[in-house]
Amino acid sequence: MGTVTSPAPVEIERTEPAEEVFAVPEPDLPWVTIVHNDPVNLMSYVTYVFQAYFGYPKEKATKLMLDVHHKGRAVVSSGSREEMERDVQAMHGYGLWATLQQDRK
Amino acid sequence: MPGHFEPIPGGGAAVALDDVEISIIRSLAVQLLELIGPGPAADASDDPLAELFAEGPSEPPSDPVLLRLFPDAYGDPERTPATAEEADELRAHAAEFRRFTENDLRTGKRENALAVVRDLDALAPSGEGAVLKLAPAESHRWLGTLNDLRLAIGSRLEISDEDDSDLLFRLPDTDPRKPMVMAYLWLGGLQETLVTTLMP
Repeated sequence: MGTVTSPAPVEIERTEPAEEVFAVPEPDLPWVTIVHNDPVNLMSYVTYVFQAYFGYPKEKATKLMLDVHHKGRAVVSSGSREEMERDVQAMHGYGLWATLQQDRK
Repeated sequence: MPGHFEPIPGGGAAVALDDVEISIIRSLAVQLLELIGPGPAADASDDPLAELFAEGPSEPPSDPVLLRLFPDAYGDPERTPATAEEADELRAHAAEFRRFTENDLRTGKRENALAVVRDLDALAPSGEGAVLKLAPAESHRWLGTLNDLRLAIGSRLEISDEDDSDLLFRLPDTDPRKPMVMAYLWLGGLQETLVTTLMP
């Protein structure tokens, strides 16, 4: 994944008090659940989990599993932070190694 | 069908296990239960609500097996935090997640392993093994425990990448790790065939 850094705009119209600006932490950025590769989990099992938990069709589940296997990780879901915490907890329940983060890239 | 599950027509899965195999799975499941630890109920008060609101630990487990079963939910394993503040923030988020999820996760894994032990104990002892038959719901519990056992053994054998597993598979018979590797491979075969029976 490449990083795209854009310079901050030079002119900013401040229409709100500074503390309110800080109070809103980037609400538009979705959170993502990432599953990481590990050599123990079976490819068939990982595919099964993606189908059983997320309800993904077999093709999508298989593609995500192959991404985990070959690229070392795959984004398997995205949404609110609460939803992603639920997904990560479920992945840990299945024994998959998962983390969540805000999708900055 | 020794060593692998087969689908039962109409749903479920079956596998023939000899007495040694039954005792190996049972013993590994009991070790897993000991590692996961008793539920909060073991030392909780009589108040049923106390258990509901009991908070889990905020520190990651020091045992590598437990750390693999209950990993940190925050923090990118391939990227070091850019600043000390970011590292602190990730640690705080991971601690909070752990506090609110680890008890439930432990309960889920404990219940799966207990079900496996119960299913094995329900097999009639014949001296010649038995055929274990699982209903679909039981298959899911077995699948979870077989995976937890493989994660646990994989951690103990320090399998951290594909090359490690290749090396382990070619161990000489005299290596003390050999029996554990054999169990690991055998459980892998059981899990693989059980997944196949559950594939939608």
